[in-house]
Amino acid sequence: MKKTEKLITNTIRIAGSSSILFVMLIFIFLLKEGLPALQDISFSTLFSKRWYPIEDMYGILPLISGSLIVTIFSMVIALPLGIGTAIYIGEIAPHNVKEILKPMVEVLAGIPSVVLGFIGVLVLSPLVRTTLNLPTGLTALTGSILLALISIPTIVSIAEDALYAVPGSYREAAYAVGATQWQVIWYIVLPAARSGILNAVMLGVGRSLGETMAVMMVTGNAPTLFSRLEAFVSPVRTMTATIASEMGEVASGSAHYHVLFFIGIILFLFSLVVNITSSSLSMRPKRGKDQVVS
Amino acid sequence: MNLISFSEAPKVKRDRNRIQKIGFAGLRLITVVTILPILGIVAYIVAKGIPALSWEFLSAMPRDGMRAGGILPAIVGTLYLMIGTAAVSIPLGMAAGIYLAEYAPDNWWTRLIRIAIISLAGVPSVVYGLFGLGLFVLFFQFGISILSAALTLSIMTLPVIISTTEEALRSVPYKFRVVGVSLGGTQWQTIRKVILPQALPGIMTGIILGLERAVGETAPILFTGATFFLPHLPSSPLDATMALPYHIYVISTQIPGMPITIQYGTVLVLLAIVLVMDIIASVIRSRARAKRQW
Repeated sequence: MKKTEKLITNTIRIAGSSSILFVMLIFIFLLKEGLPALQDISFSTLFSKRWYPIEDMYGILPLISGSLIVTIFSMVIALPLGIGTAIYIGEIAPHNVKEILKPMVEVLAGIPSVVLGFIGVLVLSPLVRTTLNLPTGLTALTGSILLALISIPTIVSIAEDALYAVPGSYREAAYAVGATQWQVIWYIVLPAARSGILNAVMLGVGRSLGETMAVMMVTGNAPTLFSRLEAFVSPVRTMTATIASEMGEVASGSAHYHVLFFIGIILFLFSLVVNITSSSLSMRPKRGKDQVVS
Repeated sequence: MNLISFSEAPKVKRDRNRIQKIGFAGLRLITVVTILPILGIVAYIVAKGIPALSWEFLSAMPRDGMRAGGILPAIVGTLYLMIGTAAVSIPLGMAAGIYLAEYAPDNWWTRLIRIAIISLAGVPSVVYGLFGLGLFVLFFQFGISILSAALTLSIMTLPVIISTTEEALRSVPYKFRVVGVSLGGTQWQTIRKVILPQALPGIMTGIILGLERAVGETAPILFTGATFFLPHLPSSPLDATMALPYHIYVISTQIPGMPITIQYGTVLVLLAIVLVMDIIASVIRSRARAKRQW
């Protein structure tokens, strides 16, 4: 009896630390396959403005700018919608409405990104093309709209948690001095939930930046550096889409192969920064929950 | 400083009530704008996809370059991937969750584990694909196979299962543990016989949601296990496989002249699998909540 107990406990202990092993393995294998890119290709080529692998031009700047553009514009759409919906669900909606809305947001979270990409290709992109009278509907704008849909569930659920975590006594104190419900939300609850909402923003950015299939299907995949505002309604290409669409065709060990892994390193590091910052944000309010709001 | 005279007071009250009305209306509008596309997408896919569904569509092999026949190999492949992912990620994730909730001391190593879990949760799906290619396909030489893809998906699913397991265990009141140990049980006996059964519904919900995500993912299996077309069903874990999400990507972007009904039918099948898993998870959750006595 004692022996099995010890065995089980030790197995659990080892399993508990497995996440550290996996993060390290991911990083090691990305480095192993991606760092040789710096040997294969000169630094100036790597950070140049042209991505054209057939002629050995591996400038990753247009890919980075493509990722940033669709992410930023998707946040412009998703943040007001996501945070607004979270406020409505968390603070205003009557109980029964809330019980309907929450599962619906969860349904959106569950829809696979390739399904949203499919709808993007067949429904959204023709719509974008005809309404804006463009030569093609596969644009950065189309990608941003889809990414907004994909990141909204994350933003809503984290922001709602943040609102929920604001102590009831804050609200009661404000009502007691005669504030309206709107004033309570606007001047008390939102500022108190600030760091949690910022956390929602960060995770939304992370979700958008790492999304692959939907973006690959609707952005037209043209690696051009964002220079003019019209670029917003023309095709772009993101880092994730580049990896997904080109990795299948490269010879393992070639310069092109290494560069794709190098882009993977950039994405990985970016996601680390986003997630570790956001987790330190969400841990902070726990300590000072009963301290001053401001 | 605004001093409000008595004569002005009613006006201020009117103003702030009007602001509240406008604000609430705005939030309602935002919520509608967020929710409508979700309903629209699901309804549209169901309406367009149902005409394609037939017994043959679900149970036959594709014919005529996938332009006719059924999608059986993609459905079976997705099931295999789900089973493989479950086989690895459920025991490992539950063990790690049990460790964090019941055994882990509050020290730097545990904090490191938590950071690792948060990092794993944020790694972009396409980066998991690169990692799986580097580690399982090339380094372990499993090749492009169900095994490689399922292992990649398992690591991706792990953080979801770990966090929900830990959360479910932590929500079981402390007195259950005291009672278990005071009756002469060892720590493991208490966990297995008392705590785990109480936390099981929460853990199952997490497992289903994690697997649901794995089932819908395309990017991690792109270079680790998915194949364009397979004339027969996969016969061993070392075979490559077709899978529904990848199949949707292929038939909607890679094959010209693909009949639209087949596309919508395939999307509907994947969406149905995901939604059914969603519903099962929420039924388990609400039934457990109703039955719970603490």
